[in-house]
Amino acid sequence: MTFSPKLEEKFAALLTHYPEGRQRAALIPMLLYAQDEVGAITPELVEEVAKRCGVTPLQVDEVVGYYSMLHRKPLGKYHIQVCTNISCMLVGGEELFEHACKKLGIGHKQVTPDGLFSLEEVECMGACSWAPAIQIGYEFHHKVTPEKLDELIEALRKIQ
Amino acid sequence: MLYNEPSPLEVRVLTRRFGLPNSASIDTYLATDGYKALEKAFDMTPDEIIEEVKTSNLRGRGGAGFPTGMKWGFVPRNSPKPKYIVVNGDESEPGTCKDRLLIENDPHQLIEGVLIAALAVGASRGWIYIRGEYRYLIEIMDKAIAEAYARGYLGKNILGRGFDFDLHTHTGAGAYECGEESALLESLEGKRGVPRIRPPFPAVSGAFQCPTILNNVETFSAVPAIIRDGGAAFAALGTPKNGGTRLFCLSGHVNKPGVYELPMGFNLLRMINEVGGGVRGGRALKAVIPGGSSCPILKAEECDLPMDYDSLAKAKSMLGSGGVIVMDETTDMVKAALRIMKFYQHESCGWCIPCREGTTWLKKLLTRMDEGRGSSNDIDLIADLAKNMLGRTFCPLGDAAAMPTISIVEKFREEFEAKLAASRTQSKFVVV
Amino acid sequence: MADLINLTIDGKAIQVPAGTLVIDAAKKVGIEIPAFCYYEGLSLQAACRMCLVEVEKAPKLLAACTLPVAEGMVVHTDSPAVQKARKYTLEFLLTNHPLDCPVCDKGGECELQDMVFRYGAGESRFTEVKQHVDEKQWSPIVFYDAPRCILCYRCVRICNEGMGVGALGITNRGVTAEITPSHGDHLECDECGMCIDICPVGALTSGTYRYKTRPWEMQHVGTICTHCSNGCKTTLGVRNNQIVRANNRDRSGINGEFLCIKGRYAFDFNNHPDRLQSPLMRVGSQFEPISWAQALEIVSKKFQEVRERNGKFGIIGSNHTTNEENYYLQKFARQGLGTNNIDHRRTGDVVSLIDALSGASGKLAQFSDLYSTKAALVISSDLSQQHPLLAFQLRANYRHHQMKMYAVTPGPVREDKYAARSIRVEPGGELQAVESLRDELKANGELLVIFGDAIKGEGVRKLVSFGESLGIPVKYLALVDYSNSRGALDMGMVPELLPGYRPASENGLEPGLNMNEMLAAPDLDVLWVVGENPLENRAPASDRTFIVVQDMFLTETAQYASIVLPSASAYEKTGTVTNVTGEVQRLKRGPKTMGAKPDLEIFGLIAKGMGLNLGTWTPDAVFEEIRQTVRGYNVPLPVIATGGAAQTAPVNGRVPVQVRPELIRSAGDTLYTSGSLGRYSKTLSAVVEAPGALYKP
Repeated sequence: MTFSPKLEEKFAALLTHYPEGRQRAALIPMLLYAQDEVGAITPELVEEVAKRCGVTPLQVDEVVGYYSMLHRKPLGKYHIQVCTNISCMLVGGEELFEHACKKLGIGHKQVTPDGLFSLEEVECMGACSWAPAIQIGYEFHHKVTPEKLDELIEALRKIQ
Repeated sequence: MLYNEPSPLEVRVLTRRFGLPNSASIDTYLATDGYKALEKAFDMTPDEIIEEVKTSNLRGRGGAGFPTGMKWGFVPRNSPKPKYIVVNGDESEPGTCKDRLLIENDPHQLIEGVLIAALAVGASRGWIYIRGEYRYLIEIMDKAIAEAYARGYLGKNILGRGFDFDLHTHTGAGAYECGEESALLESLEGKRGVPRIRPPFPAVSGAFQCPTILNNVETFSAVPAIIRDGGAAFAALGTPKNGGTRLFCLSGHVNKPGVYELPMGFNLLRMINEVGGGVRGGRALKAVIPGGSSCPILKAEECDLPMDYDSLAKAKSMLGSGGVIVMDETTDMVKAALRIMKFYQHESCGWCIPCREGTTWLKKLLTRMDEGRGSSNDIDLIADLAKNMLGRTFCPLGDAAAMPTISIVEKFREEFEAKLAASRTQSKFVVV
Repeated sequence: MADLINLTIDGKAIQVPAGTLVIDAAKKVGIEIPAFCYYEGLSLQAACRMCLVEVEKAPKLLAACTLPVAEGMVVHTDSPAVQKARKYTLEFLLTNHPLDCPVCDKGGECELQDMVFRYGAGESRFTEVKQHVDEKQWSPIVFYDAPRCILCYRCVRICNEGMGVGALGITNRGVTAEITPSHGDHLECDECGMCIDICPVGALTSGTYRYKTRPWEMQHVGTICTHCSNGCKTTLGVRNNQIVRANNRDRSGINGEFLCIKGRYAFDFNNHPDRLQSPLMRVGSQFEPISWAQALEIVSKKFQEVRERNGKFGIIGSNHTTNEENYYLQKFARQGLGTNNIDHRRTGDVVSLIDALSGASGKLAQFSDLYSTKAALVISSDLSQQHPLLAFQLRANYRHHQMKMYAVTPGPVREDKYAARSIRVEPGGELQAVESLRDELKANGELLVIFGDAIKGEGVRKLVSFGESLGIPVKYLALVDYSNSRGALDMGMVPELLPGYRPASENGLEPGLNMNEMLAAPDLDVLWVVGENPLENRAPASDRTFIVVQDMFLTETAQYASIVLPSASAYEKTGTVTNVTGEVQRLKRGPKTMGAKPDLEIFGLIAKGMGLNLGTWTPDAVFEEIRQTVRGYNVPLPVIATGGAAQTAPVNGRVPVQVRPELIRSAGDTLYTSGSLGRYSKTLSAVVEAPGALYKP
């Protein structure tokens, strides 16, 4: 399994970032960056990353199961993550999540049939002072109202 | 650049460059005394650096509040092993969003802090562990690190002083538990973020089993000012034993939520009313979680207190990570307790029994309570179960889940009872 | 002696070496601190929180399993705070544990049940819905029921640390965390079942035992595994004269908790439908069942007749029969039939080793050396496959004492994973490779040399002279294949040696034929084969030969027999066996046999039929004779009578006989084969798809 030249370059550099013989340290960054490109942590990806980091596929599987940003199934093209943790909850985070469910017709960790959107109710994303907040992919959106969310979704539909 | 309108009450030491054009660039940094502290540190002995940090009364800004200088002093000088610096940028404590700003607005300040720590213990390499959700910060940090290498502040023979140091970013992938220092080290090594048995502490055996200084982003970011202006000057900004300023993240029901740098010991009520512009909609204050969701909650009447480690300990809460979550009179405290527990249940690593099973049971109980399916025994049971987790788990996550729960039940018991009463009047016995 | 630390546990003042953990210190004074995750010899976890104790001046309860003792420490293990912590930890544990004890395999011997009984609450306050996940089958042997799992990680550690396999891990997190197998939904591993037996609850169960019986319906019989030469204690669970399971959960014997797939599951040959139930007589091309009386009469008469006319006997014994049987059989041959024509399949050159070491004492490795030596050199053996207990002990030595491992083998072996050096050699190149390690080996200050059948005859002498030239203490171990291969040699079941390695020439009889010569002899009148299958791939040299076979199954050899006598298995009889490192251990009878008889009894009855006086044929009487007459076997009886292993001390002098190296050949059995016995084990055949030998010797 190979990745884009840019990612390969990144991985080559990554492996030099840790002490000699401790290349397992590159495991989690490698999985996350590879997931960004491949779309999900597939069994082939597990094998590949295991090989590159010098561990067994089982050791990779253990890690994949642990971290909430690592997904074994593909997400939507736009992964909408709505924070409902305490600071966001106090200012409408839960209502925002419910609105997103209705708007997209899907629930927590589901993907729209066209594969365009997926939705996840997430824990605190570090935007408490600009709540309620969402992330679409890695992009933050602050002080999001249901109306603003609609606009964001519509705009993404148009790009598509 | 993410940044809120500053408050005139702020004392801006760590945030002094916030709002400057291109504040993250090395040119801006150098134009505003950047890397001056490093130059100064090169002329100091390691002991002098550590002594200066001790003098500053800087305490860990991640949550535990351990004296930073003392922590650095634990690193064994004569160890033949390489020594490392690890920056905890896994900011995940609900209510906390300050490290994000420090990296976004002033990454070089962090790099300089790391370099000074490296000089103090003779470290050769460092990693800035940043939570996976903060991808854009990793890009900002990588850019800053590249600039620092290009200008000779990182790499071989830094500033021509014969000192080598390499620094890298390292992404997390979604796990609150990795904010616990030993779990973070496991994660850095490519493993599940399960805490380590301690001792040994990271100062003796940390990253890759080598002596390691591990501190929060804000802690390292305070170091350049301490060295530049002297530990005593920094200490003087705060209260005795609680040196300097700290970044408070105001969130919840305030008119002007934001991240504000205030001197240690700043009064909490003033913070809400004068810095945060008061409670939203002119409503009455009901409660405040003073330092991120792990801290015991304070009732409105308990909030007239200085925000420093010791005063909060006296009030049986904690300064924690600086996440000040403000709740007005409309807040449903049962719902709040449930939401907090839901978080810890989701983030429990599962390693030890009391946390894994306790958070799950409590989440189920609180859900039932919130949905009006509770019974009168449940209120005591919630408090008792939380107490059965407290102090018995493998790492502090169990305590973090237990403490807010215990305090909410104790301080707002009537709300739980009201929920029960309401559900009793609404529901009828149903024969299935 | 390490520094001693004084501390007080529950009012008892004790003194233990620095670094001792409080949980172990307490055990020394008879105080049990309960724990699930703590398991002696495996890495520390501090996960189950059952071992929390109160330490004076500590702000909270501390985990005794990770707490080193400190001078002046005052520990309370049964204070109200501790009792409360235990009670509520168990309450937490039971919230998601399905209380299906009535149908759970572990019911009755479950550590969780025991803990709740002793430390738990009588009632539960949990009224929520439990987390459910369906049970999974990971291999023919291993089943996993996640809800029952308490996540003590013993299975993960024993697989990774103990076995060096690493086939189990942990996935997910929090309350959904569970154990996960090496290959997504299935296991590829040794199928040793260590994970199953080390599980304190019924989360891991075995395909061979699950839902078959309740533990209290079985008799538990501690005996010795009949497969390889390592001599593991195995506890048979016997119900209605059938073996239902085998394990070693009580950690008794030299093997502690260790057993491989053979010791734990390959007892099933015993219940195989092809087991012979009655003597058979050849009638034309068919066999007809006959009575024992008839069969013994025919055999005795024939033997008598051949002996009287000075006819030619050939006797082939077994690697699995007991010392008593082997001793009696060679006595039968030599004293009863007047011949030295007795042999067995030789699998390692113990004789050359003893001879090469003559005059030097303490040079033959004992079992305990595996765990204590500073360095081990393994030559031409895939130890983890062929001698799994030895490999397990060496791994433990490496984990606990950083022993240095050197592997000189024709192919990759599991020992490579932790070896200081691994060298691949072509057959014949071993000694040269060993020579290249000279300085490194010497630097370790101590060495244990373990060699397979590639080193024999002159090779053994060269190896010993290499070892003795290092100038450090060196011990040696010649590997042999089966449960009593070593005992067969010790008992003189070879033509050139009497019991105790005395030259056979002493008895004044003609030099005997070896196995190959017997099988090739056209003038053999009687071929008597006991528990061996020499005609697996060849026909008898003459169809005139009267062939008597004692076996459990109608093997290829038995197919040629005139009379077949059904024999009892090692699990159906008493007696002793000697393992590869020379420890004698006692077999204990599990199931009673119906049609078959122990070989010793068969010998005795034939002797009786012939009117021979070869002495009493009960195992105890014969063993007493062995103790009196066989050099090195005067072992203390109480040791073996109580299930212990007694070290034999073979002759410490020249063994002036011609060793025929060409006769020595290991069968190269792996974890999944066991000579012809393995063919009758359904379990072993069920897992053939699992990785087999890493290389074939």
